[in-house]
This record gives sequence, C-alpha cells and structure tokens, in this order.
Amino acid sequence: MPLILTEEQTMMQEAADGFLRENAPIAHLRGLRDGRDPDGVSRDLWRAFGEMGFAGVLIPEAYGGLGLGAVEAGVIAESLGRTLTPSPFLGTAVLAARTLAAGSEEQQTEWLPRMAAGETIVSLAVDEGAKHRPDRIAATAERHGNGFRLNGAKAMVLDGHVADALIVAAKTEEGTTLFLVDPKTAGVEIERTVMVDAHNAARLTLTNVEVDADAVIGPVGGGDAVLDGVLTLGRGCVASSLVGAGDQAFQITLDYLRTRKQFGKLIGEFQALQHRAAHLFSELEIARAATLAALQAIDAGREDAPLIASVAKAKASRVAELAVQEGVQMHGGVGMTDEFDIGLFMKRVRVLNELLGDAGFHQERMARARGF
Amino acid sequence: MNELDDFRAETRAWLEANCPPECRGPAEEDAAIWGGRNAVFKTPAHRLWLDRMAARGWTAPEWPVEYGGGGLSREQAKVLASELRRIQAQSALNSFGVWMLGPALLAFGTEEQKQRFLPEIVRGEIRWCQGYSEPGAGSDLAAVQTRAEDRGDHWIVNGQKIWTSYADKADWIFCLVRTDPEAPKHLGISFVLFDMATPGVTTRPITLISGKSPFCETFFDDVRVEKENLVGTLNRGWDVAKHLLAHERTMIGAMTAVGEGRPIGQVAADHIGLDDAGRLDDPMLRARIAEFEIDAAAFRLAMERVGDQVKAKQAHPAIASMLKYYGSELNKRRHELLMAAGGVDALEWEGERSNNGTPARDWLRTKANSIEGGTSEVQLNIIAKHLLQLPGA
Repeated sequence: MPLILTEEQTMMQEAADGFLRENAPIAHLRGLRDGRDPDGVSRDLWRAFGEMGFAGVLIPEAYGGLGLGAVEAGVIAESLGRTLTPSPFLGTAVLAARTLAAGSEEQQTEWLPRMAAGETIVSLAVDEGAKHRPDRIAATAERHGNGFRLNGAKAMVLDGHVADALIVAAKTEEGTTLFLVDPKTAGVEIERTVMVDAHNAARLTLTNVEVDADAVIGPVGGGDAVLDGVLTLGRGCVASSLVGAGDQAFQITLDYLRTRKQFGKLIGEFQALQHRAAHLFSELEIARAATLAALQAIDAGREDAPLIASVAKAKASRVAELAVQEGVQMHGGVGMTDEFDIGLFMKRVRVLNELLGDAGFHQERMARARGF
Repeated sequence: MNELDDFRAETRAWLEANCPPECRGPAEEDAAIWGGRNAVFKTPAHRLWLDRMAARGWTAPEWPVEYGGGGLSREQAKVLASELRRIQAQSALNSFGVWMLGPALLAFGTEEQKQRFLPEIVRGEIRWCQGYSEPGAGSDLAAVQTRAEDRGDHWIVNGQKIWTSYADKADWIFCLVRTDPEAPKHLGISFVLFDMATPGVTTRPITLISGKSPFCETFFDDVRVEKENLVGTLNRGWDVAKHLLAHERTMIGAMTAVGEGRPIGQVAADHIGLDDAGRLDDPMLRARIAEFEIDAAAFRLAMERVGDQVKAKQAHPAIASMLKYYGSELNKRRHELLMAAGGVDALEWEGERSNNGTPARDWLRTKANSIEGGTSEVQLNIIAKHLLQLPGA
C-alpha cells in the first residue's frame, strides 16, 4: 500500500477541511470559550458531523455509518487539529465506536446508529491518574446480585460531562472489563474539567455504582484485548490531530515570516529563522509519514500496528510541540497575545500530547518491543 | 494484491535458492561488492551472488529491462527489498553507477549512452566515481574551475577534484567541467564521462580522522575527453548535476535508514547488561536510544513515503534535501549512541576485540555524512528556498 492518500481519501480530506473552515473555524472555539458555554461543545455541530458522515466514519453501514477505516478517521482528526474544533469526534466516533464494535448485537443496535447520526455522545473512561497508564487500572467491579458494583475514579474522560453513555474500564477478578454505564445511575459523579485548550473532558467518581450483567462489553476480563485495539486506533487518530495542529501552526508561522518586517527586512530573510523553519518542515514530513503508516497498518490488521502507532504518537507529539514552540517564538511578542491564534495551538498540542500516552510512554513501549 | 503475493512467494523461493550463505548476515567491510574491471570478491560465493542478481537485473530493480534492469514496479521493488532484508542478504552490488549515474543517464543520456553504459553498470563491470567537489568548490559546488577546452572533436581537461570517493579504485568518472568560462557560473558547466585510465589522470588518497582513505584528490593534466561522452546539453551540466545530487542525497539519507548492523539497544545490552526487569542497566542511555529508535522508525517510513510520492509524481524534487539532511543527522546520532553503548570497549583503535577499531572508525566516518553531498546547512537553504519559498532564500 503506497504511503499516500487514495483519491477517495483525498476527497474526504477536502470535504472535512472545507466543512470545518466553513462551519467551525477557530472563531467557533473562541465563541464557546469566551461565552463560557456550559457544555463547551456544540450539539448542532455534532449533528452536522452526523449528516456529513464524519460521526459514523468507522461505524458499519448496517448501523448507519460509512464503514470506513482508520485512515479516513485520521483524515478527519487531522482537519480537526487544523481548526482546533471542540468535537466529540475522538471520544465518540473513534474510541467509543471502536469499543462498541466488541459489544453485543443489542448494544450496537442501541448505540451505534445514534452515534453515527451525531445525536449521541459516548465517552470512554480509562485513565485515572496524572498519566495515561492503561495497564494500571485501579477502578474495581465486584460481582453484586445479577450484575456488578463499580468503584473508583476516572480522569481525562473526553466529553464525559455531556455524555449520554459512559464506557468504564474496571477490574473484575478476571481482569480488565468494560462496562456501559448510564451517567444518571446513582453513585456516578461527573465534574467537567475546564482545560487549558478549552476542549472538553471530565473527571468521574464511581461510588457503589450498580450495573446489570448485560452492561458488560465483550467478555468479562477481556477488556485489555479490546482496549489494545481501541487505544492503538485512538493513538493513530490523536497523532493525526497533532500533525494537523502542528502543520497549521507551522503554516501560520510561515505566513508571519513572509510578512513581518524588522531591521528593514522580512524576518523570513534571516537565515537563523530559515534553518529552523526548514528543520521543522522536515520533522513534520516525517511525523506525517509515520502517522499515515500507523493508520494503514491498523486498517490492514497488521501485527505491528500497535508499535507503529506508538512511533506515530511519540513522533507527532514531539514534532507538534516543536512546531508550537517555534511558532510562538518566531511570532515574538504578538505570539504571547490571546488575539493571535498561535497560542491556541500551543495549548491544544499540550493536551493532545498527554492524551493516550505522551512521547515518553510510547518510547518506553518501543524500548520493550526492541528488548532493551 | 494477489499478483504481489505471488511475486513475494517467487522472490522468497528464488532468494532462498540463490543467495549463498556467505552473503547473508552483517557484511564485513572487506566483503562489500563494488564490481569493476579489477573487482575484488571476498569469496567465490560473493561473485556468484553478484552474477545471479545481475542476471535478473536485480542490482537495479526498477530500471527498464531493455537496459539490463529488473523492470520491477515500485511495489515489487519494495517486496524485493523486504525479502532481501528478511534473509539479511548483503548488497549484491554497491555502485555509484546504480545509485547516481544511472538515474542521470536515464533522464539525460542519449539512447547510445544508455545502451553503452547502463547494462554494464547493472552487471557491475565498470566501477564509477564522481568528480564534483574541488578545493574551491565545496558547498558552493557551481564554482567548479576544472576547465575543458574545445579541440573540435574532443576536449582537453585540466584541473583538480577533491573528495572523489574511491577514485583510486574506479574505472570511469562522471565529472563536472567548465566549458564556458565567460558564462554565469551555473551556466558554463558541462557533465562529461571519461575513463580513469586516460593519460593525465592521477589520484592521491586522503587519510581521514577515521584512519581510512575512502576519498582521493584527483588531478587532470591535459586529459582527452571525447565529445560523444557529454551527457545532456553543452553548458547545462548543472541540470544533470542537480538531478544526480537529488539521487545522491536520497542515497545518503537511505544508508542511515536501512539500519545495517545490530540494533543499538542490543549492542548496549551486550556491553552494559540488563537489570532485573530486563531493561538496559543505564536508564538515561536507554531513554536516548528509545527516542532515537522512534525517530529512525519514523524516518524509514518517510523515506518510503517519498519513494511512493515520486512514483505517483507527487514529490517536489527538493524533497531529497529533506531526506539527506535528516538521514545524515540521524546517522551521526546513531553512531554517537553506539559509542555510548559500547563505553570503553568502543574506544579501542586496534586489535581483534574491536575488529581493528570498527566502532570508533565508523563513528568518525559518519561525521562526513552531514558534509558530503551538500552540507546540512546547504540542504536547509534548499528547503527554505524551494519548499518553503521564504523570502531572499
């Protein structure tokens, strides 16, 4: 498979870019942020995502989706990175949709069509502490009556405060297990976390939350295997968003280098800045290649897809971080102002870097895979 | 897809049957196959390996069959490369002819030149060297001063080249000469080919910090060059040179990406050891190696992507500068880490334990990666100008 987008994928990219530029440019994020929107996300926009097919990109056609793959989802995630649009896309259309693919026929019939239509938001709750550590889940699920009783705390639950359903990873005696939880169930406490990037996540406290046995997604104790695939896909898509955000920050910075004058010259004429821009260009090309390779490997069901996704996430994290730092520095004083967009990219990239494992987390996986 | 699977199966079977055991596994430097009139083969198996690969055109897999190449598609060539990697096959032919001159001849050569030179390049019968740099023309390559005077049916060439790789072992040279001293510097250069055995050609090896002498000074004293050996248009040799440099840059970039030799993590584990949890017993170095491995893996994918873009005619020609810049910096980093992985063991300069100082000598050799074929700074200038269109670049 050549490491370039197919014609159909390029059309999807143009559609996503065009739609977001028109309907949810950076002004949309600023509007939600400055108006202190209680949800921090637009339900209308999410329904429009449903109409465009974006919300159901990964959901099978039988459930009202497009039935496409990781590359197409990554293309949309990249566009969202360019416009910084707050959207349930990552949480619902990628993470939750792929998790539910492991669920029962009833679960899929109940949730997937409404997710594909952009009517429903479903959040995956895995992380607990300050860092992404999916192998150290402490939340518990004890057998209780006909079902389970959940206890624990979750963090960085994407769109958790506006979710119509939660998917909670907790430990049973058999191992990690995934549960579909109605957020209105007694004992579920949800606190919206207003984050640096004005995007949306929540903290979750579960105190003796009772669920039926049919709330389990996939086999009891089989959550790790499901999560492996889900998190790999999520990492590929977050890497795409990082590439989108990093590249857009770079483009904005290049425009500035071509227009800003100091010492009687365009600052882009200074070799000190040219070389840094050229280095950043190289890094972005490399991050883009790794990300596309990861998405293709996921679609091909390759055994090394988790490792390539780690390469992509680690590389895209570091490169996007460089892009926003160089961006603010090359903008000089105005880069520090809220009025200029470059700072918004810095904030978003910081959040995406932590999401689903930072560069260090993925380097650790690489070291173990290589046996050192 | 199915056809490609068939090709993979056939290729695997053929390689299993035809790649001699002596030509598998990490290649010792003295086993490298360079071909040429005075070809040296470490064992008869090495000669056999070259001959078998050349007979299929697989020393130049993507070249047209009519010029002796393999005629493979890009996808087939990738399969061949991965199957060669799978059995750790050593390169059947290292060749500046395959890597650099051939692509330039395919793009700029006359039909006669292609038929004359390409098949013998594929077969490894003629070893080529590259006459580009001069004492006064390094990063500023277009400042070449070597003169070619027009004598009707031939030129008389006088001047000096430097950093000519393996000039002392090469049979022929592809060379930049000034054919119009009055023209602006980029417009008076021509690209010519001649035999290194021509009277008036002398070479002198240069000893490097690694103690080795892969480069020479090359002197031309009234050397006769036939006009039929002009490649491309008279005085427009810079176009050929640039085309060829793009291939050279891709090649230098690629050399790092192939990941020859053992992974650094394993080298480090051999010298330093693992802790009880199976991790390298040097956490700081382990983190640096892991970060490098991420970059190296991502870069390999970027190389592959650029190759695919070239095939799909979506690549900007200046993208080779990105590969060259990044690949050579990465290779320097790789060898810094290999030295750290080896610790004091890697400091030995002589003796059997270090194979006569191979780690240290290889490490020093890589310092030229970001100088030869255009310095990293020149590559960054090219990216800034041609890919980013920055003002005044």
